[in-house]
Amino acid sequence: MIANYGYKDGSGEYYISIDTDKCIDCAADRACLTACPKHMFEIITDDYDDEVAWVKKECTRALAYDCAGCKPAGGYTSLPCTTACTPGAIKHSW
Amino acid sequence: MNAEVAAATAAPEKKEFWRWQENTWFDETKNWKDAKIITCGIDVGSVSSQAVLVCDGELYGYNSMRTGNNSPDSAKNALQGIMDKIGMKLEDINYVVGTGYGRVNVPFAHKAITEIACHARGANYMGGNQVRTILDMGGQDCKAIHCDEKGKVTNFLMNDKCAAGTGRGMEVISDLMQIPIAELGPRSFDVDVEPEAVSSICVVFAKSEALGLLKAGYTKNMVIAAYCQAMAERVVSLLERIGVEEGFFITGGIAKNPGVVKRIERLLGIKQVETKIDSQIAGALGAALFGYTLMQKQAAK
Repeated sequence: MIANYGYKDGSGEYYISIDTDKCIDCAADRACLTACPKHMFEIITDDYDDEVAWVKKECTRALAYDCAGCKPAGGYTSLPCTTACTPGAIKHSW
Repeated sequence: MNAEVAAATAAPEKKEFWRWQENTWFDETKNWKDAKIITCGIDVGSVSSQAVLVCDGELYGYNSMRTGNNSPDSAKNALQGIMDKIGMKLEDINYVVGTGYGRVNVPFAHKAITEIACHARGANYMGGNQVRTILDMGGQDCKAIHCDEKGKVTNFLMNDKCAAGTGRGMEVISDLMQIPIAELGPRSFDVDVEPEAVSSICVVFAKSEALGLLKAGYTKNMVIAAYCQAMAERVVSLLERIGVEEGFFITGGIAKNPGVVKRIERLLGIKQVETKIDSQIAGALGAALFGYTLMQKQAAK
């Protein structure tokens, strides 16, 4: 399942996608949890009883701001979350 | 004060144009007492609440009403509305699943499941196993969902940050235009020329934008048409993000508005799968069906 967390508003589309099929048996030892400086990810049991990462509810409406620090303007050449997620489950739409 | 003076000085009756039809239904050809397993789904949404009863995996009855200011009470009232009609008690129900915005506040629920999974499951029941792309136009959010032939979610996105393109947005337009909400859809086609979509469909700025259009010479029907088109364009952009497949199904209150639905179909180039079941109960129906599956699994152990 591709789970998209985020929103679209007047300024653009801001979604973090998590491919739960790649996330279930994480080969990166849940590195996303510590890689994100804002600690936006956490592990939940989803509706189909799979343990997967999701973006915390309180973070999903402010991604454009919370993720800004990890974008190139913030000094990063690659996103910490997508880099840490070696199975390639995490993607940003912007 | 005599009656005439009282009538003249009384505040004018405020019509609630936004008020949509609350309704209760049950299958009179069946008797719930014959069922082996009775499950219930309660969908407490931001605008409406539904209670759906499923007997042995088949839809038996439902109650759909407006959500109050208290989620537990809304859940209780929704269920009580259908139970009173059929002479059922809470203890007659084997399993209750809560869903929707207020799902964790359903006091008698055995389990809470997200509305995304429940809408997919409900749409699969209502539209059959050809349903693949689901658009849920809820009261204050909008969801685009992809599912497989069993109604299991394969891709989803949700926009709950902005109320544009939601039921609440349509309620605001209804009140602004002073036209009952059920008439908005048909009236949006009663225009000589299809107007351009409004530039902004922000619910907060709806009033000033609508007034601006009326001042510019738009008729009420043209304003409604412009809003319906804007809503359609808005949700289509969400759908396109996850990809649209044949087997398109719309759930939620806006599915009853042909002004938006026909425009979505026109933009996508596909027709929605028709159903005779109330589109607003999809989430609660899916929740009740999840409950039925869980009961079957428990029985098999």
